[in-house]
Amino acid sequence: MSLNNRKLQYSLAANEAFHQMMGEDESVFLIGQGVKSPWYVGNTARGLLERFGPDRVIDTPVSENAVTGAAVGAAMSGMRSVVVHPRMDFMMYALDPIINQAANWYYMNGGKLSVPIVFWGIINRGGEQAAQHSQALHTILGHIPGLKVVMPSTPYDAKGLMISAIKDDNPVVYIDDRWLHSTEGVVPEEIYEVPIGKGAIRREGNDVTLVAVSFIMRHALEAAAELAQENIEVEVIDLRTIKPLDKDLVLESVKKTGRLAVADSGWKTYGLAAEISAFVFEEAFDSLKAPFVRVTLPDLPAPASSALEKLYYPTTKDIVRAIRGMVNK
Amino acid sequence: MKKYSKDFLRQLYRTMLRIRVCEESLVDPILNGDVRCPVHLCSGEEAVAAGICASLNETDYIFGNHRSHGHFLAKGGRIDVLVAEIYGKETGCSRGRGGSMHLIDPENGMMGAAPIVAGTISLAVGAALASHIRREKRVSVSFFGDGATNEGVLFECMNLASLKKLPIIFVCENNFYATHMPVAECRPECDIADIAKPFNIPNVRVDGNNVLKVFETAKEAVAACRDGSGPFFIEAITYRLRGHVGPDDNIQGTHTDIRPQEEIDMWKKKDPIINFERYLLDNDVLSESEVSEIKREIDQEVREAHVFADNSSYPEESELNAYVFK
Ligand SMILES: Cc1ncc(C[n+]2csc(CCOP(=O)(O)OP(=O)(O)O)c2C)c(N)n1
Ligand SMILES: [Mg+2]
Repeated sequence: MSLNNRKLQYSLAANEAFHQMMGEDESVFLIGQGVKSPWYVGNTARGLLERFGPDRVIDTPVSENAVTGAAVGAAMSGMRSVVVHPRMDFMMYALDPIINQAANWYYMNGGKLSVPIVFWGIINRGGEQAAQHSQALHTILGHIPGLKVVMPSTPYDAKGLMISAIKDDNPVVYIDDRWLHSTEGVVPEEIYEVPIGKGAIRREGNDVTLVAVSFIMRHALEAAAELAQENIEVEVIDLRTIKPLDKDLVLESVKKTGRLAVADSGWKTYGLAAEISAFVFEEAFDSLKAPFVRVTLPDLPAPASSALEKLYYPTTKDIVRAIRGMVNK
Repeated sequence: MKKYSKDFLRQLYRTMLRIRVCEESLVDPILNGDVRCPVHLCSGEEAVAAGICASLNETDYIFGNHRSHGHFLAKGGRIDVLVAEIYGKETGCSRGRGGSMHLIDPENGMMGAAPIVAGTISLAVGAALASHIRREKRVSVSFFGDGATNEGVLFECMNLASLKKLPIIFVCENNFYATHMPVAECRPECDIADIAKPFNIPNVRVDGNNVLKVFETAKEAVAACRDGSGPFFIEAITYRLRGHVGPDDNIQGTHTDIRPQEEIDMWKKKDPIINFERYLLDNDVLSESEVSEIKREIDQEVREAHVFADNSSYPEESELNAYVFK
């Protein structure tokens, strides 16, 4: 069907999710810095203010804590809130309503009141923006019980996961990466969901399982293609959700390949790659033929100077090198 | 007029002009991509930094935000290490690790700048607290924008500082915009100075484009702080003549400055440097030839700063891991 082969930019795929969800459910609203202009959120909010008006598309003062808390309170009171933080770094002011309040509310009140909210944070790295404007803080949120965390890497998932996140009755953290915003892919026009907690195999292979998520998926796929030239067949798994983890998908693959590599655009210590490696170690120890490898950011703040930036961010080469090393052992 | 020495007035003029010439020298390098980090120019706002810092001693503390080139220079920072930082060079004031938004010069009391809006206000309160604990009479200044008055932490800071009588001056540079948001879309009440009232903090609104008025207000604030009757709140009304980030645009790379042209033109007439220069000429503090001489010197200093930055090397790859811990 030609409609379903339509191509769309990642950012516009998310935009379509907002249009459709706000169109079909009056309790859905969007609040956060920049939603009325292309200033922060690019074209992800295009046309929303014009269509739904300033009561449901709310640009805000620089008040992350209050705005996020208000979005949480509104979600407790019958709304489905989407609150955007155009950089994850700015979200740190909002950790109290996210972590102490929203994540715990349902549990600590014995299941009496749930919080159907999407905390949407954008990772915005590079460009010599330095330490306070480059942080990928997804694992901090993945650590917190009571939060689901999704990180779409394709336009298809950007739309489908946003729809699932909005429909979910629990707090969902939706994290995208500015570097993905201009990527194009097939996005069906209708409303559809990508299930939260389900990964996807993007390339099959028998030698190594490579797990990645969000932007670094691009490097993972490039690395797999490069390694295929050397007859190393890499199975690439796109996690799509980092909490809850699709353990079955990863374990099944590792049982086949016997080798695990994880690529993450966050830091190494206590990070996503550490968590994946740990459960594979716990649950598939007997199938492992080699120690796992992790390709991550080094444990350092982001430097400004591009001379250092180019060393800081992991690349396709880093993944290729790491996997070559583990296979040739 | 009489109460100021000629030297003092010339120094104020020089301070502002150094900032302006330095800022404007960055426009082309930003546009042609030689400067890659986000740069928030403060052209038009020089009188605030110059007037406030002229009231401080070298040992007094200041903390800045994302738009702090002027704060850094007014507190005594060197242009060459500033420019080198903006170019990401090892010789920069933050060794190329910080870029334009992270400027520091502890020897001159410039304790750092950071772009998390309102993020350094509490740090400035902390410097005042240290001074208070040690009974040093050192004053601490927090520079922040109108946008930062929407963050709750400012109110916690005013309360704490007032409660403990800390020697801190809150300096709000009200330039009427926080990125794409006019101040009137952020606050029901735009008289920002009034926010200090409930905390019993003396507060003054001042013409932030008049360097002498800023200086007089700052002098009063500093005296109060040294006297143990701090804190103090100053709202300086000013305007940026450049974009929020980058030279002309509210959004880097596009031409979408949302500010009305008439408004910009009106503020161009209130240029703090041109007006102060005229005032100094009219009052025979400076002659035309002295003005030209000062301009020539500063142009040269700025040109040399770019050469210095150009000739400096980038941080060594082997030093990627440096400075995480002491
Ligand atoms: C916590 C946080 N939220 C949002 C931003 C994005 N941001 C950068 S500058 C700015 C506006 C600041 O306005 P103002 O304080 O008035 O300073 P000005 O730029 O006008 O000098 C915003 C919202 C940020 N840096 N930090
Ligand atoms: Mg402002």
